[in-house]
Amino acid sequence: MLQEVAKTDTGDLVINVGPQHPSTHGVLHLVITLNGETIKKVEPHLGYIHRSIEKMCESLSYRQFIYSTSRMDYLSAHINNHGCALAVEKGLQIEVPQRAQVIRVLMDELTRLASHQLWWGALAMDVGAITPFFHAFRERELINDIMEETCGARLTMNYMVPGGVMFDLHPDFQKKVKDFLTLFKSKLPEYDELVTGNIIFQNRMKNVGYISKEDAISYGCSGPTARASGVSCDIRKKYPYDIYAQLQFSEAIETAGDCWGRYLVRMEEMRQSISIIEQLIDNIPEGDFVAKTKAVLKLPKGEFFTRVETARGELGIYIVSEGGLTPYRIKFRSPGFSNLSALDHMAKGQKIGDLVAIMGTLDLVIPDIDR
Amino acid sequence: MFLSKYISEVFGGVKSLLTGMRRTGYYFTHHKNIITQQYPNQKPVLAERFRGEVVMTHDENNEHACTGCTACELACPNGTIKIVTKFDITPEGKKKKAIDTFVYHLELCTMCNLCVDACPTGAITMSNSFEHSVFDRSELTKVLNKPGSKIREGVE
Amino acid sequence: MEFSLASIADSIDQWLNAHCASWLALTIEFVIVGVLCIGLFAVLGLVLIMMERKVSAYMQLRLGPNRVGPKGMFQTVADTLKLLVKEGLTPAGADKFLFNLAPFVVMIASMLVLAPIAFAKDFVIWDVNIGVLYVSAVSSIGVIGILMAGWASNNKYSLLGAMRSGAQIVSYELSAGLSILTIVIFSQDMSISSIINSQQDGWWIFKGHIPVIISFVIFIIAVTAETNRAPFDLAEAESELTAGFHTEYSGMKFALFFLAEYVNIFIVCAIGATLYLGGWMPLHIGNWEAFNHIMDYIPSSVWFLGKTFFLIFVIMWFRWTFPRLRIDQLLNLEWKYLLPISMFNLLLATLVAIQGWYF
Repeated sequence: MLQEVAKTDTGDLVINVGPQHPSTHGVLHLVITLNGETIKKVEPHLGYIHRSIEKMCESLSYRQFIYSTSRMDYLSAHINNHGCALAVEKGLQIEVPQRAQVIRVLMDELTRLASHQLWWGALAMDVGAITPFFHAFRERELINDIMEETCGARLTMNYMVPGGVMFDLHPDFQKKVKDFLTLFKSKLPEYDELVTGNIIFQNRMKNVGYISKEDAISYGCSGPTARASGVSCDIRKKYPYDIYAQLQFSEAIETAGDCWGRYLVRMEEMRQSISIIEQLIDNIPEGDFVAKTKAVLKLPKGEFFTRVETARGELGIYIVSEGGLTPYRIKFRSPGFSNLSALDHMAKGQKIGDLVAIMGTLDLVIPDIDR
Repeated sequence: MFLSKYISEVFGGVKSLLTGMRRTGYYFTHHKNIITQQYPNQKPVLAERFRGEVVMTHDENNEHACTGCTACELACPNGTIKIVTKFDITPEGKKKKAIDTFVYHLELCTMCNLCVDACPTGAITMSNSFEHSVFDRSELTKVLNKPGSKIREGVE
Repeated sequence: MEFSLASIADSIDQWLNAHCASWLALTIEFVIVGVLCIGLFAVLGLVLIMMERKVSAYMQLRLGPNRVGPKGMFQTVADTLKLLVKEGLTPAGADKFLFNLAPFVVMIASMLVLAPIAFAKDFVIWDVNIGVLYVSAVSSIGVIGILMAGWASNNKYSLLGAMRSGAQIVSYELSAGLSILTIVIFSQDMSISSIINSQQDGWWIFKGHIPVIISFVIFIIAVTAETNRAPFDLAEAESELTAGFHTEYSGMKFALFFLAEYVNIFIVCAIGATLYLGGWMPLHIGNWEAFNHIMDYIPSSVWFLGKTFFLIFVIMWFRWTFPRLRIDQLLNLEWKYLLPISMFNLLLATLVAIQGWYF
């Protein structure tokens, strides 16, 4: 090891963080160059969980390919499926029934809540507090139960189909969601007690991993990562899809640009999601939950692009159709990939412990980055 | 000024730490909040829609509703379902298409429910069973139609 | 006769001296003490690991180990057996001698500190007249073992963890030492037994009020850091350095590190209980004769263990509540907060002691 360090002129230490490492949340491989405890360079090596989902989708029909997008960003599986369904509907010009739109948005926001809860617990665990992880899972489990009851699965639901949703809501859905919201609102102050207010946690987050507004835009950051730097980029506000245009909610924006800003944005997003669900849960219109579609879907020749706001940022779905049964080409613009690209910029000059905190606040989901 | 800031910093920090300790202390003493499900002893209550595996429903006469139309096979994104058809001779002497074996590869299945959605006769459904572990991979390849079963009268 | 460990020890001593030569009796007594120490280590390891797992489980809304034996009590025994039969790997390129020596250095260092601790009334292995000085001197030998382990492992994570540990322990020794000094000022003696005897009419944490309470808080923080426990577990820091200095250790060598960590906690908590909470002294309140009399009936060893385990619980409570500090924040906390505060506190304590403003 000494000889290896001596080989470099500057005495830098090169460490492989991952692909098997507790805080990379999967199989991310970072090659970090250290000077003592200070990080000089972070180089992400990708591809350990590349399953070529985009290529696979080219051989699947327009009904079939949606399921595979649940496996990209598995924490916002619903939202990925939603985006794909939107793209197909755009191509076929299907009018989605009002009820289906409301159900979709409800599910999206529940997914966002579940994803942010997991992020909260995992972030706390990254900075060394293990207990919050279990507290976060207590509430997340309830969302999973709601999902299981209505969609039939807990994580990869495949609930969205072109034209609407696969099943109607379960009769208990409204009651369960209301119970969950009452409980969750009583538990949110506990989150603040345990983590947000904690002086050690605040010191770990503040002035760590700063990225300016300009840099966030040029790195293509999106979602809470960019909004923490003051970039207004919520797709739900900017390019509203389904019924988001009719909803009252505010875009969570911070200007700090550091880990603390990203933390606050996500906490605020949880509150906004609660308010969206509260607006909708009593106003689910009657009607069909899925539009009548042909058994075999064929998109007309052309290019179709939709974007949705996942829990991590902007997901773009780009479909090129030659008019056949399967897409000619599909490209997903995943939020995690662009957010990860800013990691080197954020972590430069920080300590090793900060790298872990930055990765935690970027909320990386590795299958989303590699696809 | 420096000193008062310093002291208030110290006390604020200690207070925030004590708040957190009060929360964990609360859970340490209140055991009714424990959420552990002791799984093998305590079976989870699954929702009726929970998708565990594809099954073919048979009635008491050992009859199913599968016509062998292969809509599910076409709908499946992973090639999980393979349907082998044969030709039955009806009493009138006509040839009629029917299933010979409905092969279901559980190891490939992602429980996406597209096959159940595609089935025109409601012959297959998703069951709640979730304990799929076996010692040999080949045991995961299942034949869904029971031996000797035949198609129910009137299902086209 | 009242139950007391001291009388048992005395009768053994008398019996041995009556039946064999004095040199032989002494040797046998050494052996007995050694075996007792090792036995205490093993029992402490099992009990404390079990306790930690249960404490963490209840704080995390879990049940904790509950399958092996009644209420899962034999879980740690089973774990130990597993560790005993596991292969102890030595990585390629490691400095074999240091690598294998390190766990024993850590272990022996924590074993040495057991000597001056009074487990019950008149029940001490070696009542040295500089007890607290001995403790603070010997307890820092352990870091050499950690540095050895980190260096010899030929692993960059281990090296980083060991270096962190070195910086950390050197810093926190200071405020731990200064807060021990506060008690030395009050009790005017360094031997553990006379410090305990000075608390006959009340524990120092009550008698010495403000300066002692401040030094108690600093002591608890400093020893948490010295034993590499969360929120100061930077030497291990599993989310940053996977396992820090013991990344490459497996089997029994890992178990020794693990055991030493828990024994260290026990020792520092025992020192804390001795200095601040009166060691084996029962709780006496002023003139409540009846109450004091009842308290006297509880054996002194129970008092000692009760206080120690209370402090251990507090340290575990810290671990399962707080996030980890960063390395520069850790050193900031010591040099910018704890050290100045404990220095001023030492002055305050001296003032209080000279003026006799304590009870």
